[in-house]
Amino acid sequence: MPSYVITEKCDGCKGQDKTACQYICPNDLMVLDMERMKAYNRDPEMCWECMCCVKMCPQQAMDVRGYADFVPLGASATPLRGSQDIMWTVKFRDGSLKRFKFPIRTNEEGSADPLGGFATHDDLNSEALATEPASLGLDAVPTL
Amino acid sequence: MANFETVEVSTDLLIVGGGFGACGAATEAAYWAKKNGLKVTLVDKAALDRSGAVAMGLSAINQYVGVKDGENTVEDYVRYVRQDLMGISREDLVYNIARHVDSTVHLFEKWGLKIWTDEEGKYVHEGRWQLMINGESYKIIIAEAAKNALADAGGEIYERVFITEPLVENNKIVGAIGFSTREEKVYVFKAKAVIAGMGGAVHVFRPRSVGEGLGRSWYPPFNSGSSAYFTLKAGAEMTCQEVRFIPVRFKDGYGPVGAWFLLFKSRAVSAQGGEYMQVRHEELQNWAPYGLAKPIPANLRNYLGMLDIDAGLGPLYMETHEAIGKLAEQYKDDPKAFKKKMKELEAEAWEDFLDMTISQAILWASQNVKPEEKHSEIAACEPYFIGSHSGASGAWVSGPEDMDTPYKWGYENMTTVDGLFAVGDASGASSHKFSSGSHAEGRIAGKAAVKYIVEKGAEPAVDMAKVEELKAKLLAPLDLFEAHCNETTDPEVNTNYIMPRQFMFRLQKIMDEYAGGVTSAFKTSKSLLERAMELFVFLREDAEKLAARDLHELMRCWENIQRMWQGEAHVRTILFREETRWPGYYFRADTPKMDEENWHCFANCKWDPATGEWEMMKRDVWNIPGV
Repeated sequence: MPSYVITEKCDGCKGQDKTACQYICPNDLMVLDMERMKAYNRDPEMCWECMCCVKMCPQQAMDVRGYADFVPLGASATPLRGSQDIMWTVKFRDGSLKRFKFPIRTNEEGSADPLGGFATHDDLNSEALATEPASLGLDAVPTL
Repeated sequence: MANFETVEVSTDLLIVGGGFGACGAATEAAYWAKKNGLKVTLVDKAALDRSGAVAMGLSAINQYVGVKDGENTVEDYVRYVRQDLMGISREDLVYNIARHVDSTVHLFEKWGLKIWTDEEGKYVHEGRWQLMINGESYKIIIAEAAKNALADAGGEIYERVFITEPLVENNKIVGAIGFSTREEKVYVFKAKAVIAGMGGAVHVFRPRSVGEGLGRSWYPPFNSGSSAYFTLKAGAEMTCQEVRFIPVRFKDGYGPVGAWFLLFKSRAVSAQGGEYMQVRHEELQNWAPYGLAKPIPANLRNYLGMLDIDAGLGPLYMETHEAIGKLAEQYKDDPKAFKKKMKELEAEAWEDFLDMTISQAILWASQNVKPEEKHSEIAACEPYFIGSHSGASGAWVSGPEDMDTPYKWGYENMTTVDGLFAVGDASGASSHKFSSGSHAEGRIAGKAAVKYIVEKGAEPAVDMAKVEELKAKLLAPLDLFEAHCNETTDPEVNTNYIMPRQFMFRLQKIMDEYAGGVTSAFKTSKSLLERAMELFVFLREDAEKLAARDLHELMRCWENIQRMWQGEAHVRTILFREETRWPGYYFRADTPKMDEENWHCFANCKWDPATGEWEMMKRDVWNIPGV
């Protein structure tokens, strides 16, 4: 069962209109069982193991168990995603562990300026896109 | 009929899709729309932060030309793509994307993407065109810029709305129809221009893993051929529908091999230890001139490995331990530096998976694989439709206006349907655009579409009677299920309908066994393809019998109809092209050689919405003079 929900930890995102996992799953797999207030993956065979749900779960109630049709049991890769970096704990079948930390972005979340601070222009008919040629680092858009 | 509310949304420009092409389109179009008082609306079947092929992240940017630092020229990129696609590419489109892609990458960096730099502040290259990144949040960052741009321009985003059908009047697009996957609502978008950017297609062919690992496709399982279906149904001419892509990746987990080949300089060998690229070098003569030039095309590299497999020399292995050992060798007299270098390489190797194919990291951990100690198996995946990578399938679009080519009939990236644009995997014959180039192409189309609306945009004349018909068709699977589900004790097995999963399996079985999938060792022939066409007749008829018990299954029904159309376009085009040109993607056993005299051309197709007939046609390849 690719992505799965740990019964004890899931609180159904406290009954809000949608859970974090439901919101984010690119393949529309996560469902909230309103009676139990627990989320579940309705179709594990269609799970890409992208871990978008695992990274977003506010309760850390989700993880991935490798596809049982070709992955031996006992391993895991568990992310802890912050605002600037992500920490991974890779657990091997033999019990050994590896831990990695990688940056995920260089600035504050939400701060992306679509024009990147580059000079813009008004010519709808030119080959230059909004921030070009400045964003190319050239004097003009290359042409034949 | 299921009682769904109809929501009508009027906009100037509609962008369908949420991946890199669509985000590029939104970012650029918002700028020009604001200046011209126009409204841009984006509709995505998932959540924009994590939708599309980069949902999981990526560990590299695969297209950066480096024009400003004189690393390469735009013409160099055109030569590279021509060579990799065995001479068949739209060089005007490749040129257009390549001349804009660097500015896209520079914007990505400003938006917060961490691109690796060296001590001098220069980008760290994985290969000639590839840059290393810390890309876990690549999609989130690119979506953020698109959202901010749309918000600034008064645009709108609809998430969890699945667009199926285009609305077309007299070969002009006037909008699109789809449904919410969360509420009982049908959405009718009326627009003066539409940009299609809904990705490629996965699960048309049967994947290698058919149990729980069914979803472990290399390209995402949620890319279901929406782009191909949308443009085909609109009546657009399509190109390169035969040029599928088969990546060779670490086996089963499908983890990337690019860093291993390019950054770590690893070798790939058979179980006997022979390096198939050396051992089978002579075979490349048969594919001249492309086989003899460098770099050797991806499909030919695949093919040489496949010959080893056919000869019983498998498994194939990536010699990871040897590569890491060689890299560390230079530190052998300095144990401290050696330890540091090994740690660095180990982190790079694992990040490569964790950023974009987490399953591969889990698979390695589950088999106690330590790449520095032991080699790992590689294999050819199943076929995919992905015009942005080394495949080429997509719509046939108009080329750049400032170039003198035979491919100009409208605005840049406009299909042969007036006002309908295509980007990323939706546009064909412009391979090797990857994430950055798809975004650049989206920007090109975003600007062109606004220009189209300013100059030619007419109020969309949507025929509401047709919309009602489409709505009934859209919801029919729910009605069919409802009408018959109580007739059997197991609603999955019913003589009146077919559930979407079994329908998908039927398509996959046809494609796999007759059109050269994994179990046919990627080989097919005229007779096999003609048999596939016979089976497609039944499949098409049974598509009318698809049933869904809820909104999620309704989405699955339509995804599989989209896959079926992609599959049929593929089979028809392989049948049409009577040669073998990309032997590592598919091999036509009855026409086993490349035929430059008759087939150095595009194989295009078109489905006519008025008659329902398919038309196949050849189109000339135009080369940039002097390149």
